[in-house]
Amino acid sequence: MTIDSVQPRREGALPPHRVVLNARSMPAYAYGHRSPIWWGTVGFAAAEGMGFALAIGAYFYLVFINGNWPLSAPPPDLFWSGLFTIVMLASAWPNSLAKRNGEREDLVRSRRDLVIMSLVGLVLLGIRVMEFTGLHVRWDQNAYGSILWVLLGLHTLHLVTDLGDTIVLTVLMFTRHGHGKRFSDVGDNAFYWYFVIASWVPIYLIIYWFPRWW
Amino acid sequence: MTQAITAHERDAVPEVTRLATGERGGAPGITSEADRPPDPQELRDDQVDGPELTARLAKTWGTEKGLIGALSTVDHKVIGRRFIVTAIIFLFLGGLSAVVMRLQLAQPENNLVGPDLYNQLFTMHGVTMMFLFGVPIGEAFAVYLVPLMVGTRNIGFPRLNAFSYYVYLFGGLMIWVAFMRNIGPDVGWFAYVPLSGPEFSPGKRADVWAQMITFTEVSGIAIAISTVVTAFKLRAPGMTLDRIPLFVWAELVNSFVIIFALPAVVTASAFLLMDRLIGTHIFNPAEGGDALLYQHLFWFFGHPEVYIIFLPATGWVSAIVVTFARRQVFGYIPLVLSLIATGFLSFGLWVHHMFTTGLPQLGASFFTASSMLIAIPNGIQIFCWIATLWDGRPVFRAPLLFVIGFFFIFVAGGLSGIMLASVPLDTQVHDTFFVVAHFHYVLIGGNVFPLIGAIYYWFPKFTGRMMSERLGKWHFGLAFIGFNVAFFPMHITGLMGMPRRVYTYMPEMGWANLNMISTIGAVLFFGSFLLFLHNIVASARRGALAGPNPWNAGTLEWAAASPPMPQNFDRIPVVTNREPLWAHRDTLPVVAGLSVENREQIVSTVTAGRADLRETTPEPSIWPFLTAIATTILFIGSMFTPWAFVWGTPPLALALIGWFWPKPSTEDEK
Ligand code: HEM
Ligand SMILES: [Cu+2]
Repeated sequence: MTIDSVQPRREGALPPHRVVLNARSMPAYAYGHRSPIWWGTVGFAAAEGMGFALAIGAYFYLVFINGNWPLSAPPPDLFWSGLFTIVMLASAWPNSLAKRNGEREDLVRSRRDLVIMSLVGLVLLGIRVMEFTGLHVRWDQNAYGSILWVLLGLHTLHLVTDLGDTIVLTVLMFTRHGHGKRFSDVGDNAFYWYFVIASWVPIYLIIYWFPRWW
Repeated sequence: MTQAITAHERDAVPEVTRLATGERGGAPGITSEADRPPDPQELRDDQVDGPELTARLAKTWGTEKGLIGALSTVDHKVIGRRFIVTAIIFLFLGGLSAVVMRLQLAQPENNLVGPDLYNQLFTMHGVTMMFLFGVPIGEAFAVYLVPLMVGTRNIGFPRLNAFSYYVYLFGGLMIWVAFMRNIGPDVGWFAYVPLSGPEFSPGKRADVWAQMITFTEVSGIAIAISTVVTAFKLRAPGMTLDRIPLFVWAELVNSFVIIFALPAVVTASAFLLMDRLIGTHIFNPAEGGDALLYQHLFWFFGHPEVYIIFLPATGWVSAIVVTFARRQVFGYIPLVLSLIATGFLSFGLWVHHMFTTGLPQLGASFFTASSMLIAIPNGIQIFCWIATLWDGRPVFRAPLLFVIGFFFIFVAGGLSGIMLASVPLDTQVHDTFFVVAHFHYVLIGGNVFPLIGAIYYWFPKFTGRMMSERLGKWHFGLAFIGFNVAFFPMHITGLMGMPRRVYTYMPEMGWANLNMISTIGAVLFFGSFLLFLHNIVASARRGALAGPNPWNAGTLEWAAASPPMPQNFDRIPVVTNREPLWAHRDTLPVVAGLSVENREQIVSTVTAGRADLRETTPEPSIWPFLTAIATTILFIGSMFTPWAFVWGTPPLALALIGWFWPKPSTEDEK
């Protein structure tokens, strides 16, 4: 299609409107991929997932450069990390409940689920602190120690961020703001928690099992 | 192929079921608040019309007066304008440091600046151009234009957008203040270890570089996500995937590249900071680390970076070419596919920056091949643009002139790029001025010329006034000549062996004349920018009034007033064509029924662009600004002590809570 008049319409008023659709009856919010926030969460998970992937790549790069691994330290302990992994994986269940009860806009159950998730997060954080004591290497000892602390630190950062988010949301749901679109936020918070769980699995295997298999 | 649009097709608005999903908001079987009918007390835009509607919406969507109002704004146009202006100021600062370098190099054994300052100058120049101008300028245009072009009222995540701008601004200020206090980085724009490591760069200079990366990349990723969400979810009803303006496609692909590339440089700079500040050994070969790991991480970002700078420019070029060729674009689908292909391929090339590091032979050959491969989508794009112009009736106004300048310069840069992709040649000219010539042809040709064209083109939209066409033509002539006089000779000085990043050279090397020519060219080129600045300032004050659509263009931003009202459009347009305003010349099909008293906009589906929800978007808030301040304190503090993470986190957390906590007054709570 070509346009004939090249003359700019200087004075030109805006064209008049012809209404062809009415939005009155459209819903005010929705869940999952219908909501922009969900896409934002996916976006951040993608960028952060990329960060994890690169850190893991750096880990294997260093393994490859050095040949022997772990460098002058025994592999890290399995007890606290194993406990952490079990609790982490188990938390997927209350998390799925939170998501479902959020979608049902069931205030009482949503509150209960969020409280559980906050407590689970706090417990996990406690275990994580213990986990750091069983690494047998400091970050400033050698490159193995450094990258080990980086991986665990990176995951801890995500754990803490989502825990903070969950606690704030929990408090929010106990105020008069706890209705409507906030239920959709409960779902997005649960989605992010799945990301924290999913990113832990490879990191756990790499930190704790890979040095034993290598 | 191009579509000929018949008169009938132009106006046909499809039936309502193709424009809206008609789905409920709540889960099946649940009575959800989402589906409650709107409050009958609330005024909606099917009840008012004309100037009254405009005025009421402007009040609802407006930015408050005063300082607090200005810092609380979430209007994408206000933030976008600040963003563009800030990025251009950094372009000028980067240009100034380049002019000083060129003056120093004009003669052999010159002593205008010494080696230490020269190191800081080329580092500041590179850093400013790449991180404070190159990446942000594309995103800044996205912030301003993408919401307008897809026909919505604000960007997805307006508060995040405001926050990102302030973080970027503070990061840029930090590094320039550091430079003025003589702690500017001096390790080159890519800050290779071991030079930038704890052993060879004591002091704070390299930390300033690394932390500037954190600032700009946090901001960059956040804006990329907002842009993706705007392009995916906020499109006007009827804007199917194949009706998205090419500029928006370019910004969309660009945002994806940003989301996947920027984490690599953040990882590199974070590792560097840790090695420097808390004694990790990631890049320290003595303790099992490795210096080349840094280069891999950096260039995994660094090559896509070139495309992050180039992709938005392809969007500017497409918009300008179509408008001034006065026909729909030739080869829309191939253009979109080449954008996507460029995005993917850009991740397979990083190793060509490391050919001289002793890689295995096979690996090097692979990266040579993929470096040559990327010429294909670039070639397709250039071909489609030229075909569009060829078949149209081009009108040679200033924006188009700069696009034509881009064709010549960028192709020349591509040719020297193909030369450099071959390992033997690269080994010869690595780190010489040949490379400096090459990347300025690519960067200035591929980004700065289209950018200037874009400013001439959208200036009337931004300000309501036209830029002077006469000055524009002079500007183009001066810029084109100045640029080539400055940079063409550098190919030769490079082949003659002049290394980059040297503060001076001996007379017997025989490089003096060529360097003098380059300097004269650089001064001319800089002069062209002063002319540009004059044109901007004078036109903003006294330029001819533009009206909404001075170029008679086809995309939706031209359906808004110039400059646009806070609400962008009084009613959300309905789209039936790639060039909606060419298809509907007399009346604009629109959606009605949105609130006039609250900030509501349409959320649509990702592929078919069917209207799905009428969602409220955030009100202005001071918290994103305060969050940016808290972030800045934490980032700068952590350059001096790791404890900054301890005392810096509570204020940040507090600011974030303030940000997300609903205000009692919002509609949401009624
Ligand atoms: C007024 C226009 C410009 C002039 C005169 C200019 C000049 C120069 C010169 C002389 C150098 C080499 C310094 C050396 O190695 O000794 C340089 C480096 C560089 N320039 Fe430019 N430049 C200009 C614009 C740009 C633009 C627009 C960009 C990017 C968008 C850019 C990006 C770079 C980069 C990345 C380096 C490498 C810095 C480093 O070695 O770390 N320049 N420029
Ligand atoms: Cu490259």
